[in-house]
Amino acid sequence: MPNVVEPITAADGTPLKKKLARALFRSKLRAAGLVLPLFAFIIATFVVPIFALMLQGVHNDTFYTYMPRTAEVLNDWDGESLPGELVFATLAAELAKGKKERTVGKVATRVNRQYSGARSTFTKTARKAVKMEAPFKEAILKADKKWKRVEFWQAIKLTSETWTPAFYGAALDYELKLNEGFERKVEKERIHVKLFWRTLVISAVVMGCCLLLGYPVAYLLATLPLKTSNLLMILVLLPFWTSLLVRTTAWIAILQSQGVVNDILVWVGVTSDDSRFSLIYNMTGTVVAMTHILLPFMVLPLYSVMKTIPPAYVRAARSLGATPTLAFLRIYLPQTVPGIGAGGLLVFILAIGYYITPALVGGQSGVLISNMIAFHMKSSLNWSLAAALGGILLAGVLLLYWAYDRVVGIDNVKLG
Amino acid sequence: MSLNYKTIVAAATFAGLLSSNAYAGDLTVVSWGGAYTKSQVEGYHKPWMAKTGKSIISEDYTGGLAEIKAQVESGNVSWDVVDLELSDAIRGCDEGLFEVIDHSSLPPAPDGTPATEDFIDGSLSSECAVPNIVWSSIYVYDSSKVRNWNAPKTMADFFNTEAFPGKRGMRKNPRVTLEFALIADGVPTSEVYETLGTEEGLARAFAKLDTIKDDVIWWEAGAQPPQLLADGEVIFTTAWNGRVFNAVAAEDKSFEMVWDGQIYDLDLYAIVKGTKNLENALDFVKFATATEQLAAQASWISYGPARKSSAPLIGTYHDNPDIQMLDHMPTSPAALTNALANDFMFWADNFDEINEKFNAWLAG
Amino acid sequence: MKREKYASKIGRPQHLPSNMVTCFYLTLFIFSLHSGNIMLDSSDPFVRFKNVQKSYDGETLVVKDLNLDIAAGEFVTMLGPSGSGKTTCLMMLAGFETATHGDIELGGRPINNIPPHKRGIGMVFQNYALFPHLTVAENLAFPLKVRKMSAAEVEDKVAKVLDMVQMRAFGDRKPAQLSGGQQQRIALARALVFEPDLVLMDEPLGALDKQLREHMQYEIKHIHESLGVTVVYVTHDQSEALTMSNRIAVFNDGVVQQLADPVTLYEKPENAFVAQFIGENNRLLGTVKDVTKGIASVELDNGDMVKALAINVGGKGERSLLSVRPERCIVTPKKSRGLTALNGRIEELIYLGDHIRCRMNVAGDDDFIVKVPNTSSQLGLVIGAEVYVGWETSDCRALDYLY
Repeated sequence: MPNVVEPITAADGTPLKKKLARALFRSKLRAAGLVLPLFAFIIATFVVPIFALMLQGVHNDTFYTYMPRTAEVLNDWDGESLPGELVFATLAAELAKGKKERTVGKVATRVNRQYSGARSTFTKTARKAVKMEAPFKEAILKADKKWKRVEFWQAIKLTSETWTPAFYGAALDYELKLNEGFERKVEKERIHVKLFWRTLVISAVVMGCCLLLGYPVAYLLATLPLKTSNLLMILVLLPFWTSLLVRTTAWIAILQSQGVVNDILVWVGVTSDDSRFSLIYNMTGTVVAMTHILLPFMVLPLYSVMKTIPPAYVRAARSLGATPTLAFLRIYLPQTVPGIGAGGLLVFILAIGYYITPALVGGQSGVLISNMIAFHMKSSLNWSLAAALGGILLAGVLLLYWAYDRVVGIDNVKLG
Repeated sequence: MSLNYKTIVAAATFAGLLSSNAYAGDLTVVSWGGAYTKSQVEGYHKPWMAKTGKSIISEDYTGGLAEIKAQVESGNVSWDVVDLELSDAIRGCDEGLFEVIDHSSLPPAPDGTPATEDFIDGSLSSECAVPNIVWSSIYVYDSSKVRNWNAPKTMADFFNTEAFPGKRGMRKNPRVTLEFALIADGVPTSEVYETLGTEEGLARAFAKLDTIKDDVIWWEAGAQPPQLLADGEVIFTTAWNGRVFNAVAAEDKSFEMVWDGQIYDLDLYAIVKGTKNLENALDFVKFATATEQLAAQASWISYGPARKSSAPLIGTYHDNPDIQMLDHMPTSPAALTNALANDFMFWADNFDEINEKFNAWLAG
Repeated sequence: MKREKYASKIGRPQHLPSNMVTCFYLTLFIFSLHSGNIMLDSSDPFVRFKNVQKSYDGETLVVKDLNLDIAAGEFVTMLGPSGSGKTTCLMMLAGFETATHGDIELGGRPINNIPPHKRGIGMVFQNYALFPHLTVAENLAFPLKVRKMSAAEVEDKVAKVLDMVQMRAFGDRKPAQLSGGQQQRIALARALVFEPDLVLMDEPLGALDKQLREHMQYEIKHIHESLGVTVVYVTHDQSEALTMSNRIAVFNDGVVQQLADPVTLYEKPENAFVAQFIGENNRLLGTVKDVTKGIASVELDNGDMVKALAINVGGKGERSLLSVRPERCIVTPKKSRGLTALNGRIEELIYLGDHIRCRMNVAGDDDFIVKVPNTSSQLGLVIGAEVYVGWETSDCRALDYLY
């Protein structure tokens, strides 16, 4: 028998839920009003740009925008042999138009990303296209020999498609081929996957170093008398107050082969003058400099968690018969897990996105994927590839976040 | 009282700094900063301001087209004139980021030679830009540091780790680096780009780089190589000749440049599309790239003027009459004995692909 | 109130635990524990503080020359106001603080250099210090596991001790899911589960409400009596101390003021601090005029002469504080023979059912309390009435002058 529950009604007979909702509506409205400006700000300055950038990773309409008719006639091309006169005629007309409107360069740059050398073929042919006459196929083939290659046309057809997985493929070291799908790049040209892995490994190592160095400091901070701990806190925060470049440059002075550390090692006799250690311009340099810069992000969450753990717990464990080590491992350490989690996540995620420090001290083995993204954003202007790399990085971080949530639980994170 | 006055001045200065972006000056000229920008301010900006009575705001950037592209695409153009490398000028022109400049409207040389013939050969190949200097990538060593080897003479020496053991600084960029490798491997300068354009040639360049890969410290910013050399981190480093000259002339370093196998390139002025000061910008570019101004700039930094007619006018270093600037120019006869002109068309076409291979090689 | 508690302590038979089930399990547990206990020779002190001093800053002594012997099986309470040094003493005994001077002995061995985890002392902390990340059962198993007991043994002991505190069903919960009283029981169980010979308790009931606190006092007392375990208990609550202890050490200013059983402490305080601190007390200030055969004649500040037991007074001319318990005074309309009697005026009357609390002005002090038994003859008291207040000389103690 179904259990029918009569809705509870207020004194005037309206259902209580409705009455409550009405009463709360005004306060909800006010709360929404307070949050709205920030919400709008975040949407406008964070969510929309990120979404727009992510979109660039799969959407690139440069070719279609400037050569729409060529793109359309190429749709009917089988991709097996040279296209017919119609395609050439359309191409010639739009090249001429592009030359006049100065848009051919944009198309050329776009195709060049798919097929190296296409840029000059396009600009050269466009210059001649203004005076071309039928039959266009012959005229164009004469303008540059690349037009005779089927694979060149296949590259053009690929770029003419507005929505493309090619950039994500490239970000994972796969090349998109017309009619064949993705093909893994040759061993010598695979770089992104390697850099992704290196980024993850270095970030993990930096996180580990931060934890090893930061844990005792945080413990000291949390247990020392206030006066001393305040001073120590200032020392911990000092890196925050110095410019990133200054700090990184300082590390160069300290770690380079003629630097302070090596001088001391030579002086002490650990190493000889002509076999000084390479501590910078490699992975070591990246790890050291990044650990220093990110250390406060580990110390602060740890400190805020440790501050809340009364000394009575360890005392209790000791009185119950646990050695200091055991009391630490079984009682103190587990209670600082939220701090470790928060600090670890913070450091890891920040480390994944670092690019200035690795660029300055990383040499060739300490360069991270974010350097590659910065390169494509700033120098090569291949924003689509940058977006694809960034998208994969973001997905990776979210995946790690999810895994962390499954293993440790995200409510087990305390940021302060 | 005096404190009050100081506070007000400081506040006003600060407010001025904050609003400098919003303040619509007569012209904003963007360049690479440091000694190079200073030479331009002395050689071009000050005379132009004196002549026209208008003001110039000078800003620095680190190259690349990203900021310009962002300004043009958002329609919020705050840079008027930008100093660029040739390949960027060509690419930017293709992408419609720059105004077209009619080269025939540029002022002729003092002897009446039209501008199109006065500028050095091939330097006017971008219709959006006007060249001002020739700069060069060379390699350099510190002669004050005692080493048990003789002074290096050729590009091959740079790659010879047996005769010259030690770390070498190189720019983390395939451009110039690969050309150097081929020159060192015995490819005549006239055939470098032809060779590089083939699979085998590219492989040959990488193979040559492989021989020194473990000894290379890669630099990215122009200020790094003189520092690396001064710190003794490297025994040789590739560098831009102006930076090295500045370290020698202004900071008294005993750096020696090796001109063999040098690769020279252009810096150019381009006008950002959609600027509100188009007339001023055009006037400035024409003025700055005239014979006298190019020669004047050359007394501040050892970059060669892009006009042939400027050469006879080049004097001595601005605060040291003993330094003949012409001797330190990439365009001096001695420097040009075995030199290579950077093939911007080659790089515009192939940079993306080669750079990808270069990065993969680095990471491998 | 305090008086009432005291009466129950000495006058009536012991309270039975309110719950008979508790009693049953308690007995079970007690038997199971007893087999493993080492009984010590009761003539030797089990815990001994010998000339112990403690200073944190090198300038002031928190504990000044403490000498204290505690016999095996005894329940000794360190009672005192905050800052009196009692908790420091407990922490030194537990091993979390080191004595600046002197020796602490446990079972005849000096333990100054033995780390806390080797002392084998159970401890109940002020806020229980239950490990928040472990379940109740894991908390209880902790001391057993660090002693490397077998899993079966651990399980068995945990189950037994959970039964003892009636918390069988709560083994899988986290401490945060328990009420204050439940947490207290678990903390107690954890301190006992590994069968220590000595258990220290640092104000363990401070966070509980009054009713629960009183109930727990009896439970702790019973556990102590049945296990024969030695307990050192720290509190600032005198009724708690009186209820549970065999002996109480009253601390003040780093010094034990008096160490005695509850009856002696209340009936025969040796100095003004103890008289004031334990129970309610009327004080009269005056100057000693004469001391003969243990009786002091004291001239009060208003000129009245009073006789009192000379407990802790100097010679003639010294200032003294006279202490009389409120329940030992009577209010009479006229002087009666054999009693000390002073004039007094009734200032306030509070009806409390079994007695009337009568605040009077006596010898210039208007805070003199008399507890008047609720008998029909006493109902005629009115505010403002001029009466006599009287007591036996043996109920009045002349003590050191404290103020």
